Amino acid sequence: MEALTWGGIFARILTQLLPVWIALIATFALSITYKRRLGLYGKLFDSPIGMIGFGIVMFWVFTGLFGGLFDLITTHDVLEQSARMKNKLPGTAFVASNGKMPEGAYPYYLLGGDNLGRDVWSRMIVGAWEVIKIAPFATLFAFMVGITLGLPAGYHGSRLDTGLSFVANLILAFPVILLFYLLVTPEIVATGIPRYMAGVLFLFPIIFLVVLINSRFHTQPPKRNLYAAIALAIGGWLYLGIAWDADPFGIIAFPPNLLVVFVSVVFVNSPTVFRIVRGLTMDIKTRDYVAAAQTRGEGTWYIMLWEILPNARGPLIVDFCLRIGYTTILLGTLGFFGLGLSPESPDWGSTINDGRRLLQVYLHPALAPALSLLSLVLGLNLLADGLREESLKD
Amino acid sequence: MGLFILRRVGVMILTALCLTFVVFFLTNLPPNLEKLAKTQGEMRMTDAEVERWLANRGYSQPLVVKYGQWLGVLPGYVIDGTDGQLRGKCIPLGGTGEGAPTFCGVLQGDWGRSQVFKQPVLDVVSTRLSLTGILMFWVMAVMVPTALIVGILAGMREGSRLDRSLSSFSILTTATPEYVSGVVFISVFSSTTMGLKWFNGSAASAMDGATFNNFTLPVLTIALYGMGYIARMTRASMAEVMTAQYIRTARLKGVSFRNIVVKHALRNALIAPFTVIMLQFPWLLNGVVIVETLFNYKGFGWTLVQAAGNNDIELLLGVSVVSVFVVLITQLISDIGYVYLNPRISVK
Repeated sequence: MEALTWGGIFARILTQLLPVWIALIATFALSITYKRRLGLYGKLFDSPIGMIGFGIVMFWVFTGLFGGLFDLITTHDVLEQSARMKNKLPGTAFVASNGKMPEGAYPYYLLGGDNLGRDVWSRMIVGAWEVIKIAPFATLFAFMVGITLGLPAGYHGSRLDTGLSFVANLILAFPVILLFYLLVTPEIVATGIPRYMAGVLFLFPIIFLVVLINSRFHTQPPKRNLYAAIALAIGGWLYLGIAWDADPFGIIAFPPNLLVVFVSVVFVNSPTVFRIVRGLTMDIKTRDYVAAAQTRGEGTWYIMLWEILPNARGPLIVDFCLRIGYTTILLGTLGFFGLGLSPESPDWGSTINDGRRLLQVYLHPALAPALSLLSLVLGLNLLADGLREESLKD
Repeated sequence: MGLFILRRVGVMILTALCLTFVVFFLTNLPPNLEKLAKTQGEMRMTDAEVERWLANRGYSQPLVVKYGQWLGVLPGYVIDGTDGQLRGKCIPLGGTGEGAPTFCGVLQGDWGRSQVFKQPVLDVVSTRLSLTGILMFWVMAVMVPTALIVGILAGMREGSRLDRSLSSFSILTTATPEYVSGVVFISVFSSTTMGLKWFNGSAASAMDGATFNNFTLPVLTIALYGMGYIARMTRASMAEVMTAQYIRTARLKGVSFRNIVVKHALRNALIAPFTVIMLQFPWLLNGVVIVETLFNYKGFGWTLVQAAGNNDIELLLGVSVVSVFVVLITQLISDIGYVYLNPRISVK
């Protein structure tokens, strides 16, 4: 079979991405129709920069979901190797190792083959899923840790603040790569230190939720008990499953090397979030509505979580978007140095690292994931910029 | 001011002690020591042999004692080994121990020996650091002026077309980590496929003499990632200054726009970026590690990867001491400089 021309490759990529286009159009049509009722999210559609950023981000979210989870967009198995497809250029017709074209297989390697003869296109798509399933959750966890510690540090000040700030600065003074090299090695994993760190760090979301519920509903004990029990049950179940791999029902299983990556990314991100939250709290606690709540005799946690936190949400949402981008970069760095993830893993960092050895001769295996990572982070930055602009307008 | 600096230096030393202890703890965990024994001694040692090997070389002492010896506040160990050889921290290999000093740690200037490079750690670190110093110098020389110019041009007329395009450029550079821009640069400017071949894709030859040809790509790669951030800070600071009362006054007096920017706005707008530039050092350190690996430039970052990858404990400790001090000293300089530059802030 003939190799495809660039136009042919482009057309086939567009058709292959059809589910993503449909999902994107549906999202945009629905959001724009109801944008007046959707608060800050709706206002995003007033700013062109924000819309472009949101579009790019959602493109990768849908690509990751459909490709990684439902197997819709990928054309070949990400681990399947073909000796005859090594370093083949984009658009080459697919031939299996035995020289034949298997029945029912996709006839082309759309973006060529890598140095082991795997399909670059499929690996790029599944790589998006690797990012989408880690980065937002790692960032969310880092925010929970940062908020739970940053609010009291900023609100109470004094010794607590000094101590926590010292620890935060300690972690921040560590070069990130050195920390990764120290934490994400098989020897350290064998000692179980990352698991203990997970045990401590993953407690914070549960603490956060329970305190949040308690401070709001402590005047209505039945309601409080019900909500807190639900949060404790679900949180505790997830906690046991994720952090200790001891899910009593055996449903949640978290691969140990993924846990290490997750924990180290949360660990690196939380001190910065802590500092931001602390700074915002110190600023907001001088406002009149906080003084009013204090005069009413509200509890300190109620003031922190239901008076200060909602008023700090603007900068926090913006930082959340930026931080997902930064986490994506960190995950890529881990992959680039071959830390944590398995060597066969299709994540973008590892693929870039694999591809760079032959970069002088074959560009496509490294360039495809590199540009994908670039566009996702760019999208998140643009989205954050759009959100900042819109949130400053009111 | 003196007290302020003194207190900062105190906190800095405390931080450095904590951090080196953490590194010490992590590198001295049992699995790491076992790996060390097996790579240094023999691959097929039994557990008992590993234990003996470690005990003979002083690795089986309590962690705090080992840390104290490394630091040079506790006397170095002297162990008459089970294999009949006398070993001591302060005794050169095969020596008898006559006339050897009691204390030999970092404080005495003895940083130990690197297992990978078979050289004293201090020598390895200083040669590699000087190579990275050259790289950093050029990065700074490219990054800081470009970032400031981009930021000032964008911030002086907020919302103009120039501002829009320069801001998009800075967003693009902050979204491009070094391993992405490095790969793109190599493939565009030095690969045979694109046929441009303007620059050298490897900086290995730059260690003997940096030329425009072999040093442009690594410098550009690091500079671009840091530049966007500084440029955005400068832009924000410049835009804020341009709305200040005294700028309006100057404009109403009829001062030309050029003079307003150069004489009135510039100096006030540069206070915030100064802090940011100083705080960029830790980030640059990250970039250095990636770029030196990517371009095969055997500097400090490359050494860090080698030390960490081979669990070269003493070298790893040396590297982390240096990098932690670089980070902390730049923080100190940025604090002091901020006070000097900004007359509105005073230190009690």
